Amino acid sequence: MSLNGTGSSSGSFLMQPDRKVGIVGYGAYIPRYRLPGSEVARIWTNGLSGSPIKEKAVAGLDEDVTTMSIEAARNALARSGIDPKEIRAVWVGSESHPYAVKPTSTIVAESIGASANIQAADWEFACKAGTEAVQASIGLIGSGMGKYTLSIGMDTAQGRPGDALEYTAASGGAAFLLGPADEACAVYQGSYSFVTDTPDFWRRSGENYPSHGDRFTGEPAYFNHTMSAAQALMDMMGTQASDYTYAVFHQPNVKFPSRAAQMLGFTGEQIQHGLLAGVIGNVYSGSCMVGLTATLDVAQAGDRILMISYGSGAGSDAFDLVVTENINKVRDRAPKTQDYIGRRTEIDYATYCRYRGKLKD
Amino acid sequence: MRDVSIVGVGMTPVGEHWDKSLRELAADALQLALKDADIKQLNALYVANAFGSSFSSQSHLGALIADFAGLSGIEAFTIEAADASGGAALRSAYLAVASGAVETVAVVGVEKSTDAIAGARVEARNVGLDADFESIHGATLPALAALLMRRYMYEHNVALDVFEGFSINAHANGGLNPHAMFRNKIKPGSFARAPMVADPVSLFDGAPDADGAAAIIVTSSERAADLVSRPVKIIGSSASTDTFKLQDREDLLYFKAVEASTKAAILQAGLSLDAVDVFELHDAFAIVTTIALEAMGYAERGQGWKLAENAGAELGLSGRFPVSTFGGLKSRGNPVGATGIYQAVEAVMQLQGRAGENQVSDAKTALIQNLGGLASTAVTHLLAVQ
Repeated sequence: MSLNGTGSSSGSFLMQPDRKVGIVGYGAYIPRYRLPGSEVARIWTNGLSGSPIKEKAVAGLDEDVTTMSIEAARNALARSGIDPKEIRAVWVGSESHPYAVKPTSTIVAESIGASANIQAADWEFACKAGTEAVQASIGLIGSGMGKYTLSIGMDTAQGRPGDALEYTAASGGAAFLLGPADEACAVYQGSYSFVTDTPDFWRRSGENYPSHGDRFTGEPAYFNHTMSAAQALMDMMGTQASDYTYAVFHQPNVKFPSRAAQMLGFTGEQIQHGLLAGVIGNVYSGSCMVGLTATLDVAQAGDRILMISYGSGAGSDAFDLVVTENINKVRDRAPKTQDYIGRRTEIDYATYCRYRGKLKD
Repeated sequence: MRDVSIVGVGMTPVGEHWDKSLRELAADALQLALKDADIKQLNALYVANAFGSSFSSQSHLGALIADFAGLSGIEAFTIEAADASGGAALRSAYLAVASGAVETVAVVGVEKSTDAIAGARVEARNVGLDADFESIHGATLPALAALLMRRYMYEHNVALDVFEGFSINAHANGGLNPHAMFRNKIKPGSFARAPMVADPVSLFDGAPDADGAAAIIVTSSERAADLVSRPVKIIGSSASTDTFKLQDREDLLYFKAVEASTKAAILQAGLSLDAVDVFELHDAFAIVTTIALEAMGYAERGQGWKLAENAGAELGLSGRFPVSTFGGLKSRGNPVGATGIYQAVEAVMQLQGRAGENQVSDAKTALIQNLGGLASTAVTHLLAVQ
């Protein structure tokens, strides 16, 4: 890791590896079922309350974080065109790993044809488990310990029936195959992480649903970490909002990322392609990661992207990316994020209960 | 009884202070007030707080805050009367100093509403209602206010939007106050269309609970004259109570405690009702302001809402009847136990000509009224500068 002295007092915290790292392949996966917010309102408030989003994506009966991670990983592999045996790490970030003990990552690795000579682990940091795995991948590849890694953020998020989170807690995510910059369709210019002990949202062992701190999840949690990480990275990179073509934020709803973007000086045009929460909900660890795949789907060589994750508990990872000519080669090798969003079957609340296992004996 | 004056004021912004505890907020306000009065020696500290035990699992605030603020050793305790805690503490300080038993008292009102969230906050706040006859049945303060409002609209045959001027005025003034919680404007026509909290009490009607602390320094008028150039004298002070639960009131749409405490305070001050220049009323709900104005004698029965006609034009800073000059509970926010002390701080700033953009010109006399529950407790003070 080299230290970048930009004159900023926090300049030494900029993360830049010894050799440049980029995204060699990327892939999204969003399940086909959609639960409209009006359905949740119909059941719990006699239809009187508004919904923070139009609808959310719901995993089917035979889907979980493992199967969806495999789908996204296959898309990322297809775009990269590399032999899966060359992958040196498979890391899956999620807060809905199917097993409490037994890695998701080994199932994913073997399913996509990775070798046994790899690092494999499951990551947990609420909604930023996936981007934390990306930071680790940049470190592993940037140091020369391996050529390619696979970092996945995927969730089948839990919302207690009747809770405010039930409108938004959704299923989906994305996989990023990272590798050397000269093979990449987007190259990391620098990254940064900002974490504190902020208990805004949690789920204890053995509990089915998370608890959250109501309005505490806003200003001291999401906004403090998102804004701090974004501003610090831009200060260290010597950039401002207008230097980026696009910005992608963690999106628990539409309002939070829109407001964070506005406060940082980004326009509606800069965030529009990566802001999907209104039509797929909050896919937790996959949230800003599918925002990034959707943005890469429309990006051109030379475009610069700022990506900020947020995970409760709490922290944000911030990434500065520049898109390369390779984007035109890889883009059409796998289904695009909007293809998945367009593949849509609406379900009612009862079906949702059945698919998500809400009915108990 | 000797004359009593206010010689220093201080307050924190009202809002969600996620990074400050109850004691820190109190100490912040206290230090500002001590600095304002330019004194270091106090004889007593009275803490106004309503829900420390239920919001923050913390009572015994007198010794706690005295110790934290570096005043350990001083006489200190809490005065509680739900939302009227601030007014009650101000009255206690007034009585203590007027009696001659205490020379100088600091009154700090403090509330940390955000220590409890969602349903837990509703439960915590309900300890101010009748546990056996109200809260046990699911009643909350907004729900009871909604019952009053619905009955008032029926009895006096008025539509919901006649009340909008109170909120429009509060937010117009709060928009000018850097310490206010909600500084947005409310547009005419939006009040009755806002999402319902407890129909017909809407989001643009009920005042938001908040965190905050405000402090005042009270001393004898004789000493006050040596300390500051324009001390504010407490010329009237009165507290009164009504039936505790709403269901026991013979007349649901009248606040007996408001009438009694207003009359007594006005009588003590030797003023007429129309001699008051500035009003800080307990505008927790528009219906409460409306009924209070009628009970105080500023409007006939069923006519209180008329003071808010024309989008509250008459209530404005340059209107005939300036109310909620810093935003009131509605816009400045309601840091419950501290609210009565915020009212006192704001009135003092008006009378001393220190209200900045919120200044009412030539304000010489102010009336502040703090209510607990739906006016089960009413505390009224009249303040004046010479």
